[in-house]
Formats: sequence, C-alpha cells, structure tokens
Amino acid sequence: MAVTTLEVPGDGTTATLRRRRPKLGVYTLLVPASLLMAVALGYPLVRQFVISFQEYGLRQQFGQPAEWVGLANYTDLLSDPYVWTVIGRSIAFCLINAAVTMVIGIAFAVLMARVGAAARMTLQVSLLLAWGTPVLASMTVWQWLFDSQYGAINWVLSNVLGFEGMAHHSWIIQPLSFYFVATVIVVWMSVPFVAFSVYAGLLQVPEETMEAAQLDGASARQRFWNITMPMVRPVLSVVLLLQVIWDLKVFTQIYVLQRAGAPTRDTNLLGTLIYSYAKEFSKAGALATIMLVITLALTGFYIRQMLKEDEL
Amino acid sequence: MSTLATGAQPATNATADLPVRPTKARRGGSPASSTAGRRAWGVVAVLIAVVWVFPIYWMINSAFLPLNKLQAPDPTFLPLGGTMSNFRQVWADPSFWAAMRISLSVVVIVLVAALIFAFLAALAVSRFRFRGRKAFILTILVVQMIPAEGLFISQFQMLDGWHLVNRVAGLALVYVAAILPFTIWMLRGFVQGVPIELEEAGMVDGLSRTGAFFRITFPLLAPGLVAAGVYGFLQAWNEYTLALVVMTDPSQRTLPLWLQGLVEANRATDWGVVMAGAALIAIPVIAFFLFVQNKMTSGLVAGAVKG
Repeated sequence: MAVTTLEVPGDGTTATLRRRRPKLGVYTLLVPASLLMAVALGYPLVRQFVISFQEYGLRQQFGQPAEWVGLANYTDLLSDPYVWTVIGRSIAFCLINAAVTMVIGIAFAVLMARVGAAARMTLQVSLLLAWGTPVLASMTVWQWLFDSQYGAINWVLSNVLGFEGMAHHSWIIQPLSFYFVATVIVVWMSVPFVAFSVYAGLLQVPEETMEAAQLDGASARQRFWNITMPMVRPVLSVVLLLQVIWDLKVFTQIYVLQRAGAPTRDTNLLGTLIYSYAKEFSKAGALATIMLVITLALTGFYIRQMLKEDEL
Repeated sequence: MSTLATGAQPATNATADLPVRPTKARRGGSPASSTAGRRAWGVVAVLIAVVWVFPIYWMINSAFLPLNKLQAPDPTFLPLGGTMSNFRQVWADPSFWAAMRISLSVVVIVLVAALIFAFLAALAVSRFRFRGRKAFILTILVVQMIPAEGLFISQFQMLDGWHLVNRVAGLALVYVAAILPFTIWMLRGFVQGVPIELEEAGMVDGLSRTGAFFRITFPLLAPGLVAAGVYGFLQAWNEYTLALVVMTDPSQRTLPLWLQGLVEANRATDWGVVMAGAALIAIPVIAFFLFVQNKMTSGLVAGAVKG
C-alpha cells in the first residue's frame, strides 16, 4: 500500500507531526481517485460544455466535423416557451418538495427526541425501511398503491372516506395530480434522511445549555427556537442544500411515472427533458449547462455560507 | 454525491461530519411533569411509523396474494392463505438471474474500487497538510453539486467511444466516479473523528507512523469503512438513471432495469408478480441497511478517547 511511503520516525515531539511537510507520497494517495473522477466526471462535463457551443447531431456521430455555432443552441432553447415552462415547473417542484421534506423531516426529528425509547425505535425502523428500499422497488409499489383499478388509495378514498368519484380515478393523467403523486413519493423517500440527520444534530446540543436556559426561565418554545434551532443550523443548511440539489435533478421518479402512462410533454421536468434530447447532443449539453447554472443560482448562497463556516 | 439515484439517498450524510457520540436520548426537561405528554407524543410517533411503513408492508402483502385476491373489489389487508406462486414465478425467470449476475458484478467492482481509492484520498486530506489540499476538497464539494442527470448523455457518448456501452466495466466506471466524491467526504469525517493524539501516543510508545496507523487508527475506522461501503453498495445496487442510459441491451440489464421491464410487462395484469420481484430486490438490501445502520452509530471513538 502506498501508505508505507509516508513513514515518519516517531521522535516524540508529537505536536509537530501534523504540520510536518510531507513528501511527494501524499500526492500518490490522491492520484487514483483524482484520475478516475477526471476521466468519468470531468471529461464528460467539459466535453458537454464544449459541445453545447457546437452543432453536434446525428451527422457528427458518423464522422462529420462539428461546427461552432456560438450561442445558437442556448438561444434556440431559451426562445422556446416550452423550455421556460419546464424550467419554471422544475424550480417550483424542487422548492415545494424541498420545503415539505424539510418541515416533515425536522418535525419527525423533534418528535424522536421527545418520545420514549420504544416509540422512537418504532419510528426509526419505519423510516429506515422507507429509506433503505431501492428506488425502483418503491416506485413500483407506489404505482400499485395509486393504481386506478385495484389501487389501495382509490379504494380507501371511495369506500372508507366516501369519495365515490375516486373509485377509478387515474392519478397521473392530469399534470397537477401527477406532480402531487410525484411529490408524495419523493417526500416519502427523502424525509428519513432529513429526520435522521437533524436528530443526530439535536443530540449534539449540550444538555447543560438547555438546563441553564431552563433555569433562566426560558419556555420550551423559546428554548427550541433560540437555542436548539441555531445550534443545529449547520446541519439544517447542509441537508436543505442537498434536498434542493436532489429535487431539482429528480429523474427516476418522473420518468417511471411517465412510463406508467402520463402525458410526457405535460409532465416533463428538466431531467426528463434532457433525456428526451438524447439524440441531439448539443441541445442536451446546452440544457444540462443551463440546469447546472440554475442549481448554482439556487444553492450558491448556501455554498458560500458553508465555505465560510466550515474550515476545510 | 448521490449523483446517482435521486430517491436513494446516502446513508449517514451530515451525520458523518459530526463527531461520533453515543446516541442516547437525553432530552426532555423534568421527567415527572412530561411523562403524560411524552406518552401522547409516543402514540403520534407510532401512528406515523405505521403510515410511513405501509407501502413496504403493502409490497410484501401483495407479493403473497393470488391474482383473484389482488383484483377483488375489496383489497386483502393480510396475506392469510397466501401463496408463494408469485415468488416462484420470479425465481424461475432466467432474466431475473441474469440481471442479478450483472448487478452483483457491478456492485463488487464499484465497492472495491471506490473504497480503496476514497480511503487513500481521505487519508491524504485529513492527515496531511499540502499544497492543493483545499483545492481538492473544494473540488469534491463542487462536483457533488453537478447534476448527474445533466451529465449522462455525454457520459454515454464517452463510453460509446470506448466500446464500454452495455459492459459491466463501463457502468462500474461511471458509478465509481459518481460515488467517489461523497465517499471521500464521508471517510474524511471518520478519519478526522479519530484523534491524531491516539496515533501520536502509539508513536511515543515506539510504534512507527505506519504501525501506529494500522494498529490504532485503522481498527477505529472500521465503522466508517463499513458505512462508506454500505453507501456505495446501496448506490450501485439501486441506481437506475445511468443504468438506463448505459445498459441499453436487454440482456445486460441490472436489477432495477429488470424490475421496470417486469412492471411494464405486467402492469394491469398481475401486480402480484411485480410485487414479488420488487420485494426480492428490496428485502436483502433493507436487511443489510438495517443491520449496518445500527453499527454505524456505535460511538466507538468517543469511548476510545474517554477510556
């Protein structure tokens, strides 16, 4: 192992070890990971960016040289009102899903901290089951639950709650209802991660601080908002950041629901729209770049905040 | 990053950044006054647990039911008098086993490569100060922001150029690259969680640096490596999007692709078989996940320092 190249004789002056200038060996530790990421992530990223300024379609696949077209791919996309619709939808979907996931996840974390061990374990196991299930397996069972003919959800709505019109309701035909189903599924899958992360954060809040505040007469509500929340804020911002990123690029859930018979054009989000450009590499590249810019616009503030707070 | 499947999110994300501590509940003001409230909230928690787990229960329940019960006017809520025939049907399907073989091959390659590469890199950034260290960490962070769903088309083109489309090696290559950033980030947290003082104490006692590392730090990192391994396993086992793009040949399907094919073939005809297929893919993973989740919060390091 490359580790052996790092050997430094133990001389007893322990405090200086960390700052000792290492030999070239350190860089060899980084080579395999860096090389792999450069090849399989960096190269496609750069290439896609370059192609987004070229005319690159089927003809170029068969050896024709690609022509530089400047911003033509971008202006084509951005002058298409449909693209703007999809961008708007994606941002709305992302923000709503991230917000709902965060609120429910934080509520569950607070609940876990409040209840006895047995109830907490029950909730945790349930959330872990939802979290650990492969996304395609979850998608499959949700399609079955929302099935228009024999789905459990329609049965409960029509036979238990008395909404008779829901008996054969098809959930994914209407765009709004489609996004509702997608939101239910995405939130169901994402909440466990938020709940567990925030719960882990809550456990880090020192007992002494809470006791001191209590002695000073702070109510439970005041303690929560003025001590607990500020102290877990770093966790909250990381989790929120990840949710926004994940929910903006959501693909699998939308794609699978579309395959289940939803009208594609009315339900596309950015991920599925890029996928639909699979044969037009230049357009796909340009749209992917636009998506990256939107991601950075939505998350840039938090990233900067995190970099400021976190000494790397 | 989980540039991979959006839904399947990484195990222990932010938690990896926090110092490991025993996760004992120690909240809740004066115990006497809040017992009743605690009990009421406990009921709420259990109710939520039931609602949240219901889809998974429903998957298993339906997998055991014959077609006439699945298509009855009223659903069957308990698989009493159930049948194994759905499972047998999946079991007897050679395409299931072919997909299993592909998935397992991808997972093994991804796990071995990602763990070794990420471990070396994590070691470098958390135990040494060197030029370019900050830049490397920053790159790791930024790479995780890149929407993979925007990258898959050019990744496909790249693999196509190297004749790696429909190859296990091709899929494994893009998977490893996708999970490396997060795995490095996660392991870095774990390596930092082992105080260097422990290692230094070992060196004072006469161990070499390498010896101190392998005798003291490495065993303490076991939970971290296990956690990172589980993360990589889940990602590679569950991932759908890149598999969809890279493995276009039906004979090269991974399990999620196979399951989607099963859904499309049996939708509206036989959900029981589909549920059995989903359960067969999900249950081993869930069991694994539950088992390891428990280990990951063992507070090993905190104990080591105090003791």
